[in-house]
Formats: sequence, structure tokens, C-alpha cells
Amino acid sequence: MNDSTNNVSATGRALGESTIQIRNMHKWYGEFHVLRDINLDVKSGERIVVCGPSGSGKSTMIRCINRLEEHQQGDIIVDNVELTNDLKNIEAVRREVGMVFQHFNLFPHLTVLENCTLAPIWVRKQPKAEAEAIAMKYLERVKIPDQALKYPGQLSGGQQQRVAIARSLCMSPKVMLFDEPTSALDPEMIKEVLDVMIELAEEGMTMICVTHEMGFAKTVADRVIFMDEGQIIEENEPDQFFNNPQSERTQLFLSQILAH
Amino acid sequence: MSTPALAHSPSQPSLISRLWYDKENRSIIVQILAAMALLWLFGSMVLNAIHNLEALGKGFSFNFLKQPASYDINQTLIEYSSRSTHFRAMLVGIINTLLVAVAGIFLATILGFILGVLRLSKNWLVNKLAYCYIEFVRNVPLLLHILLIHGVVVHSLPRPKQAINVGDAAFFTNRGVFMPSPEFLPLFKFVAAAFIIGVVFTWGFRRYAKALQERTGKQLPVFWVSLIAIIGLPVVVFLATGQPVNWDIPVLSGFNYKGGMVVRPEFLALWLALSLYTAAFIAEIVRAGILAVNHGQTEASMALGLPRNRTLNLVVIPQALRVIVPPLSSQYLNLTKNSSLAIAIGYMDVTATIGGISLNQTGREMECMLIVMAIYLSFSLLISAGMNYYNNRIALVER
Amino acid sequence: MSESTQTKYEPGQHPSLPPPFKTRGVALWLKENLFSTPTNVVLSLLAIYFLYKVVPGVLEWSLFDAAFTGNDRNECRAQAGGACWAFIGERLQLFTYGFYPEAERWRVNLSFVLLVVCSVGLLWENCPGRKWIIALSVVFPFAAAFLLVGGNGVKLFVALACVAVALALMFRGSSTTFVIVIGAVCAFLAKFIFFGGITLPFTDIHVGGIIDLDDYTFLNLPEVSTDLFGGFMLTLIIGVTGIVFSLPLGILLALGRQSNLPIVKYACVVFIEFIRGVPLITLLFVASTMLSYFLPPGTTFNLLIRVLIMVTLFASAYMAEVVRGGLQAVHKGQTEAADALGLKYWPSMRLIVLPQALKISIPAIVNTFIGLYKDSTLVIVIGLLDPLGIGRASLADTKWNGLTNEVYLFVAIFFFISCYAMARYSLYLENKLHTGHKR
Repeated sequence: MNDSTNNVSATGRALGESTIQIRNMHKWYGEFHVLRDINLDVKSGERIVVCGPSGSGKSTMIRCINRLEEHQQGDIIVDNVELTNDLKNIEAVRREVGMVFQHFNLFPHLTVLENCTLAPIWVRKQPKAEAEAIAMKYLERVKIPDQALKYPGQLSGGQQQRVAIARSLCMSPKVMLFDEPTSALDPEMIKEVLDVMIELAEEGMTMICVTHEMGFAKTVADRVIFMDEGQIIEENEPDQFFNNPQSERTQLFLSQILAH
Repeated sequence: MSTPALAHSPSQPSLISRLWYDKENRSIIVQILAAMALLWLFGSMVLNAIHNLEALGKGFSFNFLKQPASYDINQTLIEYSSRSTHFRAMLVGIINTLLVAVAGIFLATILGFILGVLRLSKNWLVNKLAYCYIEFVRNVPLLLHILLIHGVVVHSLPRPKQAINVGDAAFFTNRGVFMPSPEFLPLFKFVAAAFIIGVVFTWGFRRYAKALQERTGKQLPVFWVSLIAIIGLPVVVFLATGQPVNWDIPVLSGFNYKGGMVVRPEFLALWLALSLYTAAFIAEIVRAGILAVNHGQTEASMALGLPRNRTLNLVVIPQALRVIVPPLSSQYLNLTKNSSLAIAIGYMDVTATIGGISLNQTGREMECMLIVMAIYLSFSLLISAGMNYYNNRIALVER
Repeated sequence: MSESTQTKYEPGQHPSLPPPFKTRGVALWLKENLFSTPTNVVLSLLAIYFLYKVVPGVLEWSLFDAAFTGNDRNECRAQAGGACWAFIGERLQLFTYGFYPEAERWRVNLSFVLLVVCSVGLLWENCPGRKWIIALSVVFPFAAAFLLVGGNGVKLFVALACVAVALALMFRGSSTTFVIVIGAVCAFLAKFIFFGGITLPFTDIHVGGIIDLDDYTFLNLPEVSTDLFGGFMLTLIIGVTGIVFSLPLGILLALGRQSNLPIVKYACVVFIEFIRGVPLITLLFVASTMLSYFLPPGTTFNLLIRVLIMVTLFASAYMAEVVRGGLQAVHKGQTEAADALGLKYWPSMRLIVLPQALKISIPAIVNTFIGLYKDSTLVIVIGLLDPLGIGRASLADTKWNGLTNEVYLFVAIFFFISCYAMARYSLYLENKLHTGHKR
């Protein structure tokens, strides 16, 4: 683990208190040990990139943070709330943690604007006009205010993913989780989504990204975490991680992913 | 006759090949041929029919509808006696068909949705029980269900003298189920008024709640308020006005019950069989519809912090309905058409009246069958028109 | 805390440990599947109570307290208080063959064996000798009709020869127009030469009928009147005829409905929607009471043929919709590729589009067949004796009066077994198709 007194990020910004603490977390699918002894401490304002070969448990890990997956051992504390079977706690955590999925998961029966206002209206109990104003603000930030009244099916993949980001932001989350947000996109659309994510990072959002975009990791991340076989193998600042990887598995992974 | 375009072709194509190998012309030729074939088919059918009917001295007219039917119908919702016309008998038949179809659709939908949800239950036992029910019912012909249930009602229920007595009010016998019929006293109009007020209030309250939520974000307990207004209010008024209903309770006199109202065994058997049979199909449709909603949708909704019930109401059900409604409406259509099996147990629906007894009495097969088919066709068209309207309204917009 | 948190491993060296909780065992299974939440507990208890109330009674009536021997109802009742299966045992032949003469029943059995061979060959893709079985399947309907009805075999062979010529031409890859023309010429010649000749249109002049086939004999089987057909045999005849003839008709209707020739298209639409809009029972009434009105005076068919025609028309409308679904599922690129290769309409349909569309729609076709098979029970309302009709007729026998439950249950179980087997097969195909498409 990193020195917990270190409250300055790799980019020299001051970091706040811990928002997410994962301690000795284990998860099994039946007999299969998917996550083994995960320890992670995320400070507010920190940007973390998680990478690793497929099947290494990175998605499962971040899905545990808003309890889309249940862990069986250890503790996960998000924003001072411990995740247990208590539904109230789970809903409280989910309100504060935004998530962007690989396959966007926009609601196809609602317009872009309705997608964005659904949760603020029903969960945050915002008046419709206010929710719509906020939604428009975020849609402008992701640069698609003109698509607000269209349906998700009418948008391109990149546009849909940007709507998904805006939809999460409308809940003004304290943490954003990105689960391979660019893996289902065509190359020319990856950039428009990454640009939005970089902008978000620059504004100080706490982010955990599972991604294979190493360029993004280099420019944005405070810390890069490498996972394999359900364990955190290595975590380091991007400079060190890319230029001086410690473990053999990291070296192998990097050589494969950077080869082309 | 040479055109510049053809000037350089080695040999002049014949007129026929020019007609046949031109896309436009060929389409016209094929259509003319098809039209001629169809005309010939229909023409000869009609000519044959005219010829054959003439030979039998029958002619073709609907005048018989004005003649007295001179047969009895055991279940009539409108005034009818054996002196009424065939037209009246047809109306009685149509109403009986509609009655059993609407009642069947109502019960089948409720049962089907319950079974479909049970089929998705994580409870192994309940899940398997629902599965067994659905598979057994679906794979046995409907006619058999009708006859089986009719057999049980007629042969296994006791005679009126030994009727199964439910609270001294309802009596299950092999002649049908006898139930008290309500007779409304003058004060009852207050109860009716209370019900109407409840409905109107609920409608207004829902609008108000929606507007309030849009304005301030505040959420009101719409469901509970509606329940109290629609059911609670009339009950309170009913009790307050001293229960202004007289129940006409059926009484055993001689070999049968008198008074009250009776659900005949034929109706009972047909209604139950149609509902139970169609419910099994609806259950599978509901199950498939809910399973068709991508799991990512539920996850996305939960990740936004929406609780389970809201996730269901706002995300899963609206999407599942799009998948469920088209096959559901075709099940409604099937149920309506299947109600024609009534004839096997003597329930007097439209097939049994105008297409059965009237046909046999007047010998007007052609006219009667045309009427029956036209009636079923119009039911079908109505239901499909309604479904198309609904489908167009809810269709997902795609690129 | 537990063991794993106390032991420290080097990064990346953590071993895979067994879960700290049980994942197997009866108690855990019960807890997870029956008693996980309060609602589940209530549901499970209700289900158990229901089973406790129903299952023992049903088993008691149908097996433990049932009579399997006896010559009439009273003998049954004397033995046991439950079901009287002796009745079914006595009538089993009737339920299977109807009133088909006993000496000729081998013909029914042989047709049934052929049917099984054909269906196995058609449904099982890796069946040995499949090519031959498919060839047999094409001839089967004619052969079975001949076997069941009997009469002189010569007519059958003339008809088969026509079919064989058309098929041979088709499989050799001749142009569609050519095959149709040859087929039409064959049919015309057959009618002209063998089957009583033809009457010239608009006149009374009768020509042809040169060779009377009745003068020649070959495989002369005694004729069996179709009035004697009944029981499960009748169910199979109606179902198989319906499916065999409705499939090609349905394909034509589906293609017609997709055609861009308005007259053809709307004719198909009207036919399909009309048939699908009216109950089968009304069509059966038409078959039994008024079909002959639409035919030239003096033409008569027996009732079974009329019913088979109506059932085929009925099934073809449903089949058309099923095939249309399959056609729509075939990617548009396939037709475009066929066009690009220079294939004309019919070859591109026959070689490219239809094979794919039909493969996709096999599960739905099987489901349509199940529906048709169940609907065949409706023929009792016009007096044909399918198993249900036989059962109802048997109930009128004073010896066995009132055993309705036994009869209906027996027939229900017969239908359930055959329909459920077909439904499982269709489900299996569906799953196979899905895996083929997805991953």
C-alpha cells in the first residue's frame, strides 16, 4: 500500500480525504476465487486507472464499489458508508457513485434528456425544470445539447457514451467509475469520449477507470493499478509504471499492449 | 421501327422478348396474368355457386334474418324468446361471444401475468410448479380442456339438492353456480356517486401529484391515495348509508334453485378452459418479455441509485411491455376465435346460434357462414387495428 | 478476522482459496432455493401444501386405487374406487385405428413406420443415408395415401412419375420456368391420357381418356373407405397432410406477400389475413356444408378430403407468416450478394434466401405443427372420429357409461406426450440456432 500520509498527487495537486477504502476484500463466484485480498484507498480528487489482461477481475472490482457485485469477505467503505446487505446503505452509495458502462446501457425508451433527468427527479427529488436545466448543462459539457430530444437509438456510439457520462454527472456524484468506456467504440469515436473524460479529470473529479487506453493513463492518472488473476500486482505513478515496471507480469502485459 | 439505342445491337430482338425482358413491362404482364387467374378462380367459384344454388332452388338472400328463429337460447343477456327473429338470435350470439371473450381475456391476463412472474421466481419449487402447469396446459388441445372442465362441472358437482353451499349464498351444483343477485335500493346511488367521486378524485390527484413533482420534486403516495379513494370511500359510504342493497338469494325449490343469478355450466367450462389455456401462453410471453430486457438496463438504473421498485416501474416494465404487447394481442385474438369451440358443449355463442341452429333450420349455409366469418373478421381487424395503433405509439426510435 | 487476512502474501502471489462459505449441500440448496427471503418461505410453504393436497389424491385415483381389468364399469367399480383403465384397454385398438378393418391394419403400421423414418431423417441432420430419406420423404405423402386408401397401384405410379420428372429437372438445376412448364405439361398429359380426359372449355366436347388405368392392375390393395378412418391415425393424417402441403403453399404466400407486384402482394395479404381472422371451426363448417357449392356441378369429394383441403389452407396462412418472419431475418446483404452474382429471382430465392430463412424458422414451423396437431381435434364437430370423437362415442356405450374423466385424461396424456416432445425439440433447435448466431 502507498504511504497513507501522502496527500499530494503525482501531478502535484492536493488530495482530500479517502473516499473509497477497500480492505482485504475477497470475492468468489461459486468455488472460483475471483478477487483475492484487494486493498485500495482512493482519496477524493484522485484519478486511478486500472489495467490488466481480460478476466483479471478489474471490472468485477469496480462493480463491487457500487455493489453491482457482492463481495464475501473484507470491507468496502465508500464515502464513510460501509457496504453491507443494508439496502438503504447500498442506495446511498449508489447515489454518490456514478458509473459508465462498456455498452452505455442508455434507456432506449427515453429521450436523451429523459435519460439524464430520470434519476435526479426520482432519486434526488428535483423539480423537473431544475433537473432539465442541470441535464442541459451537462449535455453541453459533453458537447451534444442539440441531441437532447432524440432517442439513444438515433445516436452514434460515441455520442451515446457521452450521454451516459452526462447521465451519471447529473446525479453530481462524488466518484465516477468507468468500466471500459471506450472498448465498444469505433476508433474515431474513442477520442471524443476520452476528451470528455480528460476534461472531467481536470475539474478534479475522483475517478476510477478500467481501460486499455494507455495514453489516457499517462496524461491523466495519478496512479496506475495493474491486476492479474484477481490480485493487484503492481500500483505506481504512471511514470514509474510505464518506464520502470517492477513485476514480470506487468512487463509482459505492457510489451503486449504497447507493441502495436 | 429502329431506335438509335438499338441500332448497334447485332440482331433486332423480337417484340415478345422486348416486352418480357423489360423490368416494367414484365411486372405488368405478370400482374395481368395474376389478376386474370384470380378473376377466373373467383369468377368460376361464384358462377358455380349461383348455378348450384339455383339447381337447389335456394337463391341468395338475407331475408331469413327477419323470420322468427323459433328456438330457445339458455343464456340471454338481451331480451329474447323463441318468437324473436334470427337476427335477434345472432345478436344474442354475438353478445355471448363477447361476454365469454372479454371475461376470458380478463382472467387469462391476470393468471398469465402471475404465472409468468412465478416462472421467473428464484424459488425452485414455485418455478417448477408453474413450469409443469404451463407445459401441461399448453400441450393439450383446448377442446379437451373444455370437455374435461365441462365434464367435471356436470358430472362431479352435486345435484342441486346436495349443492356445495358457500356461506348460504352461493351454491355450486351440476346445473351451474347459483349466486345472489343484487337489488339496489334508492340510497345506493350515494355509493355509486362515491365511487365516481373516488375515480374523478384519483384522476385529479394523479395529475396534481405529477404537476407537484415537476414543480417541486416532492413525491406523493399516489398508489395508496388512489386505493383509498376508489375502494375505501365507496365502502365507507356503503356502510354509512346502511348497506342499501338487497340480495336476492337463490332458494332451492323442487329440483332446482330459483332466484339469484346463475352461471351456467357451459359458460363456466368455456370461460375457465379458455382462460386457463390462454394463461399458459400469456405466461410464456410475459416471461420472455421480461427476460428480453437486457440486464445492463437494470444495472444502469441501479447504478444511478434508483430503488428496485422504481427500476421495475420506470425502466424494466416499459421496455418489457413493448415485447409483450404484440404477441399478447394475438393471444387475445386466439382466445376470441377459440371461443367458437363453445359449440362442443352447447354454449350459445355466435357460431352456435347463427352458424349452428339458424343454419340448420333455414338451410342457408352460404349466408350464415358469411355472417359468422364477417363477425369474427371484424373482431380480428378491431384487435389488430388497436394493436397497430399501440405499436406505432410505443415503437423504439432507431436510426 | 479470518485466516487469509492474517497471512501476508507477496503482491501477485495470493493463492486461490476455497470460499469461506459452503457452496454445495442439501441444506444450503434448500436455503438458497426455497427459503431465501420471507416471501419465498411463504411461497414455498404454499406450494408444499398444494402438492400435499393434490398429488396423493391424483396418484390414488389414477394408480393405487385404479382398476386395470374388468369387462364393464361395474366390474371395475367392484375392484377399486379409482379410475377404470380397463375401459381404455378394451378400446385401445379403436383409439389407434378407428374402424380401419383389422386385416388391413398392417398398412397403417407400415405408413407409420415410414413416417417415423422420414421425420427422423428430416429432423436429425447427421442421420446416415439422409439423402435417400429425403427422397423418400418427397414420395411419402403419395405412398402413404395409396397405402391407407388402397385401390389400384397404377394411378399412384403415374402420379409419382410426374413428380419424379419435375423433381429431377429441378435438382439438375433447370430454369424455374422450364420446370413449371414441364410440370404443367406432365399434369395435363396425365389428365388427358389416363385420368378420364378433359372437357374443352365453353363446349361439351370431351376428349382424351385414351387409357383406362382400371384395365391394368398392379399392387391391387383392397380399398378402405375414409369413413372408417379414425383415432390417433386420423390425427396424424390431418397433422402430417396439413404440414406437408401447407409448407410449400406457405412459402409461396410469404414470397407473394413480400413481392413488389401490388396485385400479387394484396391477393396474398387478403388471403392470409382472412384465414387468420376466422376460427378453424368455421372453415371446417364450410368444408362440411358448402364447399361443393363452389365446385362445378356434380363434383364430389369425400368429407376427409374436404377437411384436409381446408386444414391445409388454414395452416398455410399461418405458415406464410412464419416463413415471412424467417425471410425478414435473412440479412438483406444476402439478396444483394445473389443479385451481384447475377442470379435471377427464383434461383436466388431457392439457393440463397429460402434455405437460410427456413432454417431460422424451423422452430416456429414445429410450433405451428403442434398447433395444427392439437387443432385436429376440432374435426369432431363435423363428425369425424379422432381420438376425442372415438372417446365420446365410446362413452355412449351403456357398458362403460360415465367414465368421462378416464377417456379425456387418456387422450390428454397422448396429446401431451407427443406435443411436449415436439416442443422440446423445437426449443432445442432454437437454442442451437441462437448459439450459432451469437458466439
